[in-house]
Amino acid sequence: MTRFALKALLGRKLRTVLSAFAIVLGVATVSGTYVLTDSIDKAFGSIFTESRNGSDAVISGKAAFDLAQGTGVTAPAFNESLLQKVRALPDVRVADGSVNGEAQLIGKDGKAIVYGGAPNLGFSIARGNSPFNPLSLVEGSWPKHNEVVIDKSTAGKEHFRIGQIVGVQAVGSVQRLRLSGIVKFGSVSTIGGATLSGFDLPTAQRLFGKPGKLDEIAVASAPNVGTNQLLQQIRTVLPADTQVRTGQGQAHEDSKDTNSFISFLQKFLLGFGGVALFVGSFVIANSLSITIAQRTRELATLRTLGASRRQLLRSIIIEALAIGILAAVIGLFAGLALAKGLFALFDTVGFTLPNNGLTFETRTVVVSLAVGIIVTLLASLRPALRATRVPPIAAVREGATLPESRYARFRLPASALLTALGFGGLLWGLFAPGLGTAGILLFMLGGALLVFIGISLLSVRLVTPLAGALGWPATKIGGTAGTLARENAQRNPQRTASTASALMIGLALVTLVTMLAAGIISSFRGSVNEIWKNADYAITAQNNFSPIPVAAADAVAKTPGVLAVGNVRAGEALAFGKRINTTAVNPPASQMFNLDWQQGSGAILSNLGDDGAFVDKGYAKSHHLELGSPVPLTFPDGSRELFNVEGIFAPPTGGSPFGSVTISAAAFDRHVDAPQNLYSFVLMKGGQSPANAAALDRTLKNFPNAKVATRQKFIDNQISGLSSVLNILYVLLALSVIVSLFGIVNTLVLTVFERTREIGMLRAIGMTRRQVRRMIRHESVITALIGATIGIALGIVLAALLIARVDFIVLSVPVGQLIIFGIAAIFVGIIAAIFPARRAARLNVLEALQYE
Amino acid sequence: MSNSLAAQSAETVDAPSTGFVLSASDLTRRYGEGDTAVDALRGVSLDVPKGQLTAVMGPSGSGKSTLMHILAGLDKPTSGKVTIAGTEISKLSDSDLTRLRRRNIGFIFQFFNLLPMLTAEENILLPLSIAGVKPEREWVDQLVDRMGLANRRTHRPSELSGGQQQRVAIGRALVSRPTIVFADEPTGNLDSKTSGEILEVLNRSVQELEQTIVMVTHEARAAAIADRVLFIADGLIVRESKDLSAHEIVEEMEQLDNA
Repeated sequence: MTRFALKALLGRKLRTVLSAFAIVLGVATVSGTYVLTDSIDKAFGSIFTESRNGSDAVISGKAAFDLAQGTGVTAPAFNESLLQKVRALPDVRVADGSVNGEAQLIGKDGKAIVYGGAPNLGFSIARGNSPFNPLSLVEGSWPKHNEVVIDKSTAGKEHFRIGQIVGVQAVGSVQRLRLSGIVKFGSVSTIGGATLSGFDLPTAQRLFGKPGKLDEIAVASAPNVGTNQLLQQIRTVLPADTQVRTGQGQAHEDSKDTNSFISFLQKFLLGFGGVALFVGSFVIANSLSITIAQRTRELATLRTLGASRRQLLRSIIIEALAIGILAAVIGLFAGLALAKGLFALFDTVGFTLPNNGLTFETRTVVVSLAVGIIVTLLASLRPALRATRVPPIAAVREGATLPESRYARFRLPASALLTALGFGGLLWGLFAPGLGTAGILLFMLGGALLVFIGISLLSVRLVTPLAGALGWPATKIGGTAGTLARENAQRNPQRTASTASALMIGLALVTLVTMLAAGIISSFRGSVNEIWKNADYAITAQNNFSPIPVAAADAVAKTPGVLAVGNVRAGEALAFGKRINTTAVNPPASQMFNLDWQQGSGAILSNLGDDGAFVDKGYAKSHHLELGSPVPLTFPDGSRELFNVEGIFAPPTGGSPFGSVTISAAAFDRHVDAPQNLYSFVLMKGGQSPANAAALDRTLKNFPNAKVATRQKFIDNQISGLSSVLNILYVLLALSVIVSLFGIVNTLVLTVFERTREIGMLRAIGMTRRQVRRMIRHESVITALIGATIGIALGIVLAALLIARVDFIVLSVPVGQLIIFGIAAIFVGIIAAIFPARRAARLNVLEALQYE
Repeated sequence: MSNSLAAQSAETVDAPSTGFVLSASDLTRRYGEGDTAVDALRGVSLDVPKGQLTAVMGPSGSGKSTLMHILAGLDKPTSGKVTIAGTEISKLSDSDLTRLRRRNIGFIFQFFNLLPMLTAEENILLPLSIAGVKPEREWVDQLVDRMGLANRRTHRPSELSGGQQQRVAIGRALVSRPTIVFADEPTGNLDSKTSGEILEVLNRSVQELEQTIVMVTHEARAAAIADRVLFIADGLIVRESKDLSAHEIVEEMEQLDNA
């Protein structure tokens, strides 16, 4: 029987390949994700390890509390006098101090060199032969005073030559340094899109605004000294604002940020692989069901020859197993290609990821094969059970249909119950109090799965009316072919519903994402319009979100025509035992912002003084703050200060630029090493004018990382970040739409095969090949539109539920985009029909009629 | 398992002292309910003796197909009972029926019902493979020779003529030496020359292998090879004759049609 099952597959190669393909894409995404993230992980791992290779111990500054990852807020630097003390320790062989930070290199066009979102790393190099130096010189010499070395890849891309003057900007304005050498990082072939620049210590201290200070001291121990002994000894001289770790420990610490990024990327991409697999399971289930219906006679014959129900069940499951294995193996290797493609894709958009060659872990193989096979097997269960209901008498009776299952009459209530349970789970996950993140996700995910399955089962009832309505244009455009297409779509509602369901899932998710994005954008726009008062221009980083040096705002303030510059600084502090986002404003801010004051007034913004603060409504409520309440803030440098609440404001739905607690810039700067602005807002004499914009541009020439924007431009810039995220989401969701497209192709091919005789008859009585093609195409489009209609409706409902839960998004229906999705569905239908329609049109009339 | 099949069938065949491998009594079959109900069988009783070819003849709509489906356990009678090899089959569970089919029943279909992806020999061996029985090489070779398929073993059905396909199907029905073989219009889909060949194969199976066969047909020529012909009309057996010629059968049928 096993051999029989496998031969059955070989006998239907086209269908097998089409069905398998539905799973291949999902598995490829899973395997590609693992290969990609493992490769990045390994490359980063070697970068971090190599950069600490020579260090037995590393001393670094210590923040007063754990800083949030990835916010750019770093631990304060410490006094460089510590270096002498460490060098004097008996067990220390060598110790070198360094400072580091973000350093922009300025290209020949005068703009900052940035490759995608990759960092621009700047650091001091104590000396070329330091055991802690992970760089090797490719050309030229190590940097001396007012000199810089640059990594080979950047130097190559920007055509920098040794001896030329290169602009470098860190916290101040652009510094012009001589390029003394070109370097390479360890053995890593590419460190991604990051740029490296190295300086001697005094130059670096000046650039990063840390004169007389160090960020790190790297230590190598004297011979025969254990690491523990070394650490013990170092601790005896450490001041409170520093800490010491082993070299390995420091490498681990360094990698925390990227590790959490990689793990996020991994889960994110796996999520989409999961969606594609889920959709693929619908396609597999549907095509197995159709083939089983078509093989009724064959299965019945097997029963008359003595095959038991269990044997039929087993043979279908073995078939599914074979499809699953085939798909999983192809998907596994397609994943390798996908990972390669993703690297190339990221590279072409300028976001070069570090790559030391693709990593193929055992886990990748195991997980990819397992999910591919298990999903296929689960999808085959229902069709396999159907096969067992084929009665032996169907072997002799023409057109025998499967008997209804004993549970058939429970199908409608069961589907409704499933859907209700799904929505229940979703609602519980969204609104139930006291659920942890894991609980919320679990309920929402489980709920969504049940909703999709439930709706797809219920959609059997919707097919006939929907096909009637959506097929109406087909009957008008397509004439008889169109009318027949509509009839065909209604003829087997179960089949049409299953085929459409695969597309339904993809479109529901696309709609959901679009609705959320539209909501976020419209509430953000509303917020900016509400808060933005008199300012003519905003100054932000080129990438719209990085902090910019305070020096930029200071230079802008001195620009002719500028009346006032309102700055917003951002940082972190500890308040009431919790880490919070703090912001700071300078006095002119009162002219720039329009806030909804619950207590206090806009005048507060310019009168915060040394100890004034204002807080948002939610924070005030949860900590029972009123006017005059004290708020103790602990800054990363360990200093602690009391601030008094002078105002409470209600942020608009789309959020505000302010953190939980906002203090004056003057007070903020006392506690933060190199303060930076998140945004600056500029008020100018004469308002917005080309002359004023040009004046600002001239000033910002020295700060290539900063740019000027009007209110409208500012909104567009901020939204553009969201748009690129949205585009990535669309590309990833397109994967599941492609899977469902294959589902339609598959169904149509099988349907054409099944209707061979009928199509032959239609041709015999005068239907042209063109009309046959049109008939298939219209049926395909009607099926796709049914999926789109249900999917878009479901997407809107899901989005409305989510938005009801999330405070900062308003519900808005992007009608234009939804119409575009509907049109896209029509194209999916047309594309899916190409191959099956051609097969149908090619049928030889005579053979088709004789076909038994 | 492999050695037991032949032995078991022999045993069950010999068991009933009556000499009949199949007995049916008072079979009725009603389709539908109320006003639209149709009585396809209205009380049919018959016995099939071992080693004979019994033909069931009748015009279309006479109930002959229904009778065969019920005798073969494919359909259940509304009332009455069927006994095959000493087992009353109308009360059997699905798995017991499956077991009965494996041991005691072979089928020959009008449209052959071969599996297109299997070769001729694989099709013939299919019942054994389903039952998990190892084929006896000698018997299979003999069977393939008898069916005239010695040089067609590895051909697929699509590469065989209609007659060859039906011979594969007959081989498949005989391979497990069932107590009884049911043939449903075995020549209904063949031209007259090929029909003759198939009838000859069936006849020899009865003569030389002592295979019991029940054949439903509406062709006089097919019925003419039978040891016994049962004429059925309007759901009742109206006549039973032995060793009739084709000519005599045609006359019988004309009488039935006119009645």
